[in-house]
Parts: sequence; C-alpha cells; structure tokens
Amino acid sequence: MRLVLEKRDNKSQSMAIIVPVASFIISLVLGAIVLAVSNANPLAAYKAMVTGAFGNMRRLQYTLVEAMPLLMCGLGVGIAFRLKFWNIGAEGQYVWGAIGITWVMQFWTFIPTPMLLPIGLVVGMLLGAIWAGIPGFLKAQWSVDETLTTLMLNYVAIGLAEYLYISKWKAPLGNMGTPEFLPQTWLPQIWGKVHWGVYIALSLVVLLWFLLYKTRWGFELNMIGKNPRAARCQGVSIKRNIILAMLLSGAICGLSGSMNTAAIAHRLTKGVNANYGFTGIIIAWMANLNPFASILVAIVMAALTTGADALQITLKLPEAMGEVLQGLVLIPLLAGSIFTEYRLRAIHKEAI
Amino acid sequence: MNQNNPRIPVVRMENITKHFPGVLANDSVNLELYPGQVLALLGENGAGKSTLMNMLVGLYRPDSGSIFVRGQLVDIQSPQDSMALGIGMIHQEFMLVGNMTVAENIVLGMRDLPFVPRIPAIKARIKELSARYGLQVDPDAVIQDLSVGEQQRVEILKLVYRGADILILDEPTAVLTPGESRDLNKIVKIMLAEGKSAIFITHKMDEVIEFSHKVQVLRRGKTVNICDTGEVTPQALANMMVGRDILFSLDRCAYHPGEVKLKVDDVTINNPLGQRPILDHVSFEIHQGEILGIAGVAGNGQQQLTEAITGLLHCTSGRIQIDGVDMTNTTPLHVIRAGVSHIPADRGAMGVVGDMSVGHNLAMKKYRTDEISKGIVIKNNSLRAFANRLISAFTIKTPGQDTSVKFLSGGNIQKTILAREIDSCKSVLIAVYPSRGLDVGATEAVRQNIIAQRDQGHAVLLVSEELEELQMIADRIAVMFEGRIMGIRDVKETDTEELGMMMAGAMRRKA
Repeated sequence: MRLVLEKRDNKSQSMAIIVPVASFIISLVLGAIVLAVSNANPLAAYKAMVTGAFGNMRRLQYTLVEAMPLLMCGLGVGIAFRLKFWNIGAEGQYVWGAIGITWVMQFWTFIPTPMLLPIGLVVGMLLGAIWAGIPGFLKAQWSVDETLTTLMLNYVAIGLAEYLYISKWKAPLGNMGTPEFLPQTWLPQIWGKVHWGVYIALSLVVLLWFLLYKTRWGFELNMIGKNPRAARCQGVSIKRNIILAMLLSGAICGLSGSMNTAAIAHRLTKGVNANYGFTGIIIAWMANLNPFASILVAIVMAALTTGADALQITLKLPEAMGEVLQGLVLIPLLAGSIFTEYRLRAIHKEAI
Repeated sequence: MNQNNPRIPVVRMENITKHFPGVLANDSVNLELYPGQVLALLGENGAGKSTLMNMLVGLYRPDSGSIFVRGQLVDIQSPQDSMALGIGMIHQEFMLVGNMTVAENIVLGMRDLPFVPRIPAIKARIKELSARYGLQVDPDAVIQDLSVGEQQRVEILKLVYRGADILILDEPTAVLTPGESRDLNKIVKIMLAEGKSAIFITHKMDEVIEFSHKVQVLRRGKTVNICDTGEVTPQALANMMVGRDILFSLDRCAYHPGEVKLKVDDVTINNPLGQRPILDHVSFEIHQGEILGIAGVAGNGQQQLTEAITGLLHCTSGRIQIDGVDMTNTTPLHVIRAGVSHIPADRGAMGVVGDMSVGHNLAMKKYRTDEISKGIVIKNNSLRAFANRLISAFTIKTPGQDTSVKFLSGGNIQKTILAREIDSCKSVLIAVYPSRGLDVGATEAVRQNIIAQRDQGHAVLLVSEELEELQMIADRIAVMFEGRIMGIRDVKETDTEELGMMMAGAMRRKA
C-alpha cells in the first residue's frame, strides 16, 4: 500500500475549517514539546496560559485590548496580500500612526482640544498610508520588490520614532518618551480597560468585508490577486490598484498605531514597536484574508501573548516563549493548506 | 537489427481502465501496435488518448488491465522502466532544459552515464544518429536558440539515442509549419523502415491520413473503431470521433464589407533588445462585416499586433483607429469601452482567472455596467442571472456557475471566454488562436460564433496558425513574417501554395 496526493475536483469546504483547527492542535503539540524541553510541564503551562488570557474579567479585558491593534494590522496587510503584494511593512506603518498622533497632540495646539483626538487618529492614518504608498508606487512604477522595501522601511520608521522620543520630542522630565497627552484627549474606555478601539476595529471588519466581497473594487482586487495578466486584459489597471490597495493597507495599519497610542501609552515611548505589524501578517494568513475570521484569530494570537506573560510569572519561563508559541501556530497551518486542494489517498497495490 | 516478429504486436494493451476523480478516463481499452507501423490514436480533447499513452510510459498506472511489450507481460512503474523497454514519448510540451546544449539535454537523466560524461563520444554518436535519420541539429547549440521544429528534433534524437524503437508522439505537428511537418513525416518513414513503430496522438484528420497505417478512434474513454487508414474517409473519422455529423463547411452571409472599423496605420514596435523590430510598419484596415485572417508561423509578431490594438502593448510609432477614433497607446479599458473584444492567445494565462468561478469569469467585462452593478456595488442576483444566461446560450458544460474555471475542460474554458467576449462585443472582435487545442465540436462552435459576429456587422481580426481554418472562415488573409505584413490577399484569389510561400518569408509585396 502506498499513499498518494490527489488533486481535488473542487476546493474542499470542510477542509477549509478542519485544516486551521487541526493545525492549531498540532501546533499545541509542538509547543508542548518545546515547553517540555524547557523543563516546564506542558499541561500546567497551557493551563497557566489559558487562565492568564481569559481567567478573570481583568485578564479578558487585557487580552481584548491586545487583540484590537493586532486585528487592525491583520486587516491592513490582508488587503495587500489579496493582490499578492507582500506588505511586511505593517510594523513601520503602525509606528508612523503613533508618530502622527503624537505630533498632533504635542504641536497642533492651535486646534480646539476636543478635535485633537479625531484629527490625531486621521493624521496617523494618513502617515501610515503614505509610508505604505512609497513601496506601492515603487512596485507599480518600476517593479521594485516590495518584500525588501516594506521590510526595510520598518527600520527607518522605528529608528525615527526612537530619535523622536529619545531626543527631539522628549519630555523635559522623565527619561525616554514624549510628554503624555492631555487626559481628555485619550481614547475613552468602555468596559474596564477595553476602549473605543473595539468600535473602530469592528466597523472596519464590516466595512472591509463589504468592500472586498460586494463591490466592483473588491472584484478587481480578486482578479488581480489571482491572475494579473487576465485582469489587465479585462481592462483593470494593475498599477493604480496596487497603489490604492497599499494606501488603504497602510492607512489601516497607521490607524491601528494612532488608536493604540491614544488608548494605552498616551505618548510616544519605548515599546511603540510591539510587533503588532509582524503578528498581523500571521493573523491575515491564518484568517485566509477573511475579515470576520480575523477577529477570532486576533483574539487567539493576543491570548498567546497575554498568556505568555502568565507563563513568565507563574512558571518563570522566558518572555520569548510566547513568541515561540505564536510562530509555531503558523507552520502547521501553512503546511496544512495543501489539504484544501489535494487529498491523501491510499492505493492498494494489486497483483498483476 | 530488431528481432521483432511482424506478426506479434510490439505493444498490446488489454482491458485498460483508469479513473480520475470524477472521470472515467479509459474504460477497458485494448490497443495493438505492430512493428514497422504507425497507429494513429484519434479523439477529441478528453477522449483518453494521452491518458492511455501516459500509462504506457509509466507516468500513470492503470487501475486494471495488462500491458504486453513484445509478447511479455510488463509492469511499467516509471518512465525509466518504459525507456528500458524501448518505449519513448514526445510530449506536447517539450521536456528540454532551455539554457543547456543539445548534447547535454540528450544525455540528461540517463542512468548509466558515468560521473564525468565523455562529451566528445556523445557528440559523435549524436552526429551519427542525426545523419542517419536526417535530423539536422548542432549538438553544441543551446536549446533556447532553436526553433520549435528543431527542439522537436532534439526530442526525437533523445529517444533514438536511448535506443527507443517504440515512439509515442503527442500531437507532434501542432507546433510545426507545413514544411516542418513534411520533414517529420520523412524522419518517421526512415524509422519505420528500420522496424521501429510509432503511435501518433492527434485530432487532425489530414494527419491521420498522411502518417498512419491504422487508426484507432477513442470517444469518452472507449474505443469506437479500429480500421486501416486506407479504407476510411476524413468525414467518416470525424463522425466516429464526435458521434454525430460535423459540418465541414460553415454557413455565412455574402461578403459585403461596410465602413472601416479598425485601421492600423504604419505601426512599429521596437524590440527593447535592439534587434529587428517586433512589428515593422504594419498597416491594414478591417471593415464592417469582414473577417481579416492573420496567417503566419507563431512568433512572427501576430500576438504583439493584437496586444498593441487592445492597449496592452505600447507602440513605438504609427496609429491605431477604432471607428475613426484614435486609440494609439491608450489603456486597455478605453479599448474595451470602444467596443473591442479580445480572445487572447493564452487562454489559461490571459483569458480567465482559474481560481475564480465560472460566473465571475463571465462577468469580468460586464461587472462595470448597470446590468450587473449599481454604483460601486455589484448586484449578486443580476450577476448570477447574467452568468446563467451565458452558460446556457453558449452551452458551457460546468457543474454550476460557482465551479472554479480551472476545473473545466479546455473547450469549455474557451467557451467561457467566447461567451464573455462576444456578449460584450460592440465593434471589433480580436480572436487569437481561438481554436488552438480544441476538439472538433468546440472548434466548430468557436468558428460559428466568429462568423456570426461578422454577419452582425462587426469587424473580426482572426489570428490562426492553420491556413485551412483561415481559408474556411476569413474574407481576406494577411500573412505575417518577422513582424511585417508580407501581403494581404482575398481568400478567393489565393491558394495554399502562395500563402505558404509568404509565411516562409518569400515574395514580399512591394508597397
């Protein structure tokens, strides 16, 4: 008997659900091995993570707060990914969002105070869009490889942010960081630590779902992502759409940065590059670029982070263990995606 | 040199059955090939010809049935096994490494090759075989510099070098010029004289008549008939193949050209690599109710010409007018809005989005219009109704409009493109190799639809490699060679000889 991979007649709908679930379970097993090697009891560790992430109201709120920027970065890069445009620059676009809102809060004192928050959010969004638009334009105009440009621009943005909060915009007192925003300009909280970002993130989910699945533009993006040559033959402009998609992608990542800064840190400071942009890539991928699925995936990824904090406290494991476990989630999923298009079949050798 | 007994078949396949997901590709097929003979395997796309042969060369394994080679029961598990039995296949797409030389390609993958191959001895042997079979190829030439015909010769050399005496040729003339086809015929004859034998997969009648001794017709995985080639007419073969009568002549209205719809005026496209231009001062006009055929061996600028007209390719100089409006170097969308439809050369790569549904592929031009969308929003119900209408009007065989296009057969993919383009055609239809690789039934549908566009008063530009097709449906034929138009002839005032000469670059008409 031997096993062969056969192409399916049609994409399997059931596999589209079974694969992510099964690969998540496999990654838990792989994670257990890593934990065991690190001299931790895997079951105790997972239990600590679950209680750490969802154990009580406060922990749950903290996980949700962590999930919001992740969800938005996932939505943002997901738009570019539809075009097979590998925007791995969400981190930098997120940082620009944080820089943007800080700039408005600190220096745009000529506008009325109640307007600072909305304008700050929008400026952060625009700066993120511009930062993503640069590689978009380079790709559209001269076919410059976007994986390099978007990745490298991250470090430029992070470096700039460091320069700003360490020296240029540093608050006169204290060590690193700009002055704190006025408390009345903070993003309001609605349930414990959970803030207005929930409304922003969820309306974005609905908006993007509508845009991507119900409009002519979404139809065009789908065509370009799946066969750019055919799309061009049908009169769809590839250049224009790459730039538009990147502007939107960067705008959402930028908004994620400005929103989170207005809600949590209330200033530009160390820790502004918290890897939300990079984790967003995993979220977009795991959610299969579906906005609604991204909600669930973002919460799971956030729980891995908040749960890992608990690991650190209760089991004295290193902080990086959370990132190891997050990474392990992606590998079985990518490997497993083959089963949506292929199936495994056992062939019994016959005597001839 | 062969110990073949002419009475015992060199290959005998018995009750071969093979399933693919959802398809019974071969259903108890028997096949016999005798030494010194050519067997033509005739059938429509999807009739199971290639599947049957792929089992003989070890690419697939039969679900049931037995294969005998020279009277011995064999179990062929891989192409190496079949090669060891002297069976070699030339596939439709050549299996050559483009940036390696002819000699390197010929010995590539041979099992008993020493770690450091003795290249001079290999070359000497290649030269000897070339001379014996009239396969002129330079062993030191790099594959990507060779023409398609030469590459095919390399494939044949590869097989004879490895001692194959049972050759399987999968639609070998599909890519050749008429002259190259005749050369191939000569080569095959020399091989037969040595006692080798061949199986010819094809769906062209004239090839069957020209090349084969026996013909076996397959339809939907089953053998319909086996007969001696001499005793059968092309019409009878065609009927066996599709199981119904095929019209070899097509009805059409009389030729009454109207006003000029498409005008191409002195268009030149320079080659960025700096050699001769891709298009060299090309000029012609197409009128209402007229089909202009573009003949020529593939790769002489035909495809670039159509891409220049459809706005996909930038012209260096010259002008293109559609309905009297200048459309030189505009965007593809403008050209589409002007009412131009385009059936592109490469249907998988340019014509459809394989991973999208049949319905969405059908709507790829109309989604912009009020028929399907309201403002920026696509009305799903309208889209579905529109798609269903086209699926039934063009008899596209699909499980439903939600099936991904890539799961359809070649003929139905082409019908999907045809449906979309003809539905949206308002002025000019550009069709590039529209019947390439299609079976008789689908080809007929394509041709009838193209003629219907002409009869409705549209202008049609038809690029084809088959002179026969152009002579059957075009009103005028322009021949392209090395980016130039060698001449434009009225179909009634020219013949195959003249067109063939022009295709080969002779007889440039002085302007």
